[in-house]
Amino acid sequence: MTDIATYNFAYLDEQTKRMIRRAILKGIAIPGYQVPFASREMPMPYGWGTGGVQVTASIIGPDDVLKVIDQGADDTTNAVSIRAFFKKVANVAVTTETAKATIIQTRHRIPEYPLSAGQVLVYQVPIPEPLRFLEPRETETRKMHALEEYGLMHVKLYEDIARHGRIATTYAYPVKVEGRYVMDPSPTPKFDNPKMHRSPALQLFGAGREKRIYALPPFTDVVSLDFEDHPFEVQTFDQPCALCAAENVYLDEVILDDHGGHMFVCSDTDHCEKRRAEGHRGHLAPETPLAQEKTEPAQ
Amino acid sequence: MDIATQAIEGGFADPVFDAQTVFRAVMDAMARPGTLQPLPVFARPPAPLSATAGAIALALCDNDTPLWLDPALQAPATVRSWLGFHTGAPLANTPADAHFALIATPAEMMALDGFSQGTQDYPDRSTTLILEVSDLVSGAPLLLEGPGIEKTATIAPAQMPRHFVEQWKQNNQRFPRGIDIILATSDAIACLPRTTRIKIMEA
Repeated sequence: MTDIATYNFAYLDEQTKRMIRRAILKGIAIPGYQVPFASREMPMPYGWGTGGVQVTASIIGPDDVLKVIDQGADDTTNAVSIRAFFKKVANVAVTTETAKATIIQTRHRIPEYPLSAGQVLVYQVPIPEPLRFLEPRETETRKMHALEEYGLMHVKLYEDIARHGRIATTYAYPVKVEGRYVMDPSPTPKFDNPKMHRSPALQLFGAGREKRIYALPPFTDVVSLDFEDHPFEVQTFDQPCALCAAENVYLDEVILDDHGGHMFVCSDTDHCEKRRAEGHRGHLAPETPLAQEKTEPAQ
Repeated sequence: MDIATQAIEGGFADPVFDAQTVFRAVMDAMARPGTLQPLPVFARPPAPLSATAGAIALALCDNDTPLWLDPALQAPATVRSWLGFHTGAPLANTPADAHFALIATPAEMMALDGFSQGTQDYPDRSTTLILEVSDLVSGAPLLLEGPGIEKTATIAPAQMPRHFVEQWKQNNQRFPRGIDIILATSDAIACLPRTTRIKIMEA
C-alpha cells in the first residue's frame, strides 16, 4: 500500500467523488437523461476514456475486481493503460474474465458472455448527445429532450433509407429508453444494442470531455429506433471466427498481408480465448495452445 | 457530553472507504428499487438523526448541496452542528432549495410536491429525500414495478407519509421531473427513484 499513499484511493479527491456519485444517482433515477457533471482533468488526454475512468474511480472499492476492454480486447493500449492505472491508484484486483469482474469498463463493446446481476458496466463515451450532429446547439438539444421532440432523429434514419435503401447507421445507433429519452449507446456496434435491453447489469456512461453522465438501471427497456417497414437489424457475418469458430458474435477484420489476405476474428478476446481453451478451433487457429492472462489479485 | 463534543464525534472512522461502501449500497438500492441493501453502522450522529441517515448524509453531502431538515431534526442544535461540522452543507431556507432533505418523522412530513422537482430541461435539479423509517416490512405493502425491477418487488416501509400512494402517483406523472426517495432503517436502505411505479396497494 505504501506506493499509493501519495494519491487518494482511486486517484480522485473525495469531494469530486461525491459530486460524481450524486450525478450517478440522478442518472439512475432518470434513465437515459444526460446529467451534467464537473468533469476533472485526468492524467490522460480527453478522448482516452476520462469519463469512464472518473465513473469507475467514483464507484470502485477495494473488494472490486476490474476488467477493462477496448473494442472488446483486453490487451490493447487503452485497456492495458487504464487497467494499470487502477492497479496503481486503487490497488484492486484486475481480470480479463468477464464472469469474474464486478466492474467492467468498456470502450465501444459489450462482452459476449452474458452479464449478471451485481455487475456494473462503465462505458467511455465520446459524444453523449445523440442529436448533436443534427443540431449543434446545446440549448436546442436540451429543449428537444425536454419536449420529447425526436422527429429529427427519425428524419435522419429516413434519409438513410432514401439514400441507401436501408438504415445505414451501424454504430452509435440511437435507442429510446423506457419510452422517454433518446440516448446514444456510445459508439458500440449496433450488434450490441439488443444486449442493453433489460440487461441484469447496471450500465453507467461517462463522457469526460462533454461532461455528462447517464445510466441504464438493470431491466430497463432499451429499444433501437426503427420503422415498421424497416425494422432494426443487427449485423450478421457470413463466416465464423477464424480462430475459435464462434458464430453469432461480433467479428473484427484483421489484415494479414499486403496481398489482400485477411481474416475475421472475435472482437471479444476473452470470449475467443475461452473458446479456444475449450478446444474450439477455427480454420486459421495456430497449433500451439496460447498462454492466457488470468486474474491478478490486489497486492 | 456538551454540544461541541457531540458535533465533532461520530463521523466516519475511515472516511474514504466508509463513504464508498455507503455510496455503493445507495447506488445498488437506487438501481434495484425495492431491494434491501444491508448497511452496518458507520456513523453515530446525535439523535434523532439515525445512524443510517447520518451515514448517507456524510457520503453524499458537502458544501455544494443545501440540506433541508424536517422540524424534528431542525429542533436540536446538535444535529445541525454535527451535519455542519462533518459535511459543511448549508441549510436550505425552503424545501424547494434543498438538494437533499433529511426527514426523521415521515408520517408527519409535508407534501412531496413542496420539494424541488427539477425542471423539464434539468430534471436532475430535484430534491432527494432521505426518510428515516423503522423497518421495511411492517407497513402497508407496496407492489413496485419499473426500471431496475425484473418483474415486481414488494416492500412495506413503516411510517410512510400520509396518502403516500396517491402522492407517489402524482410524482410519477411529473416524469422526468420528480423527487427520489432513499428509505433508511437502522441496518438497511431501499430506494424509490421517480421511475418506480406503485402498482396496487394490498390490504
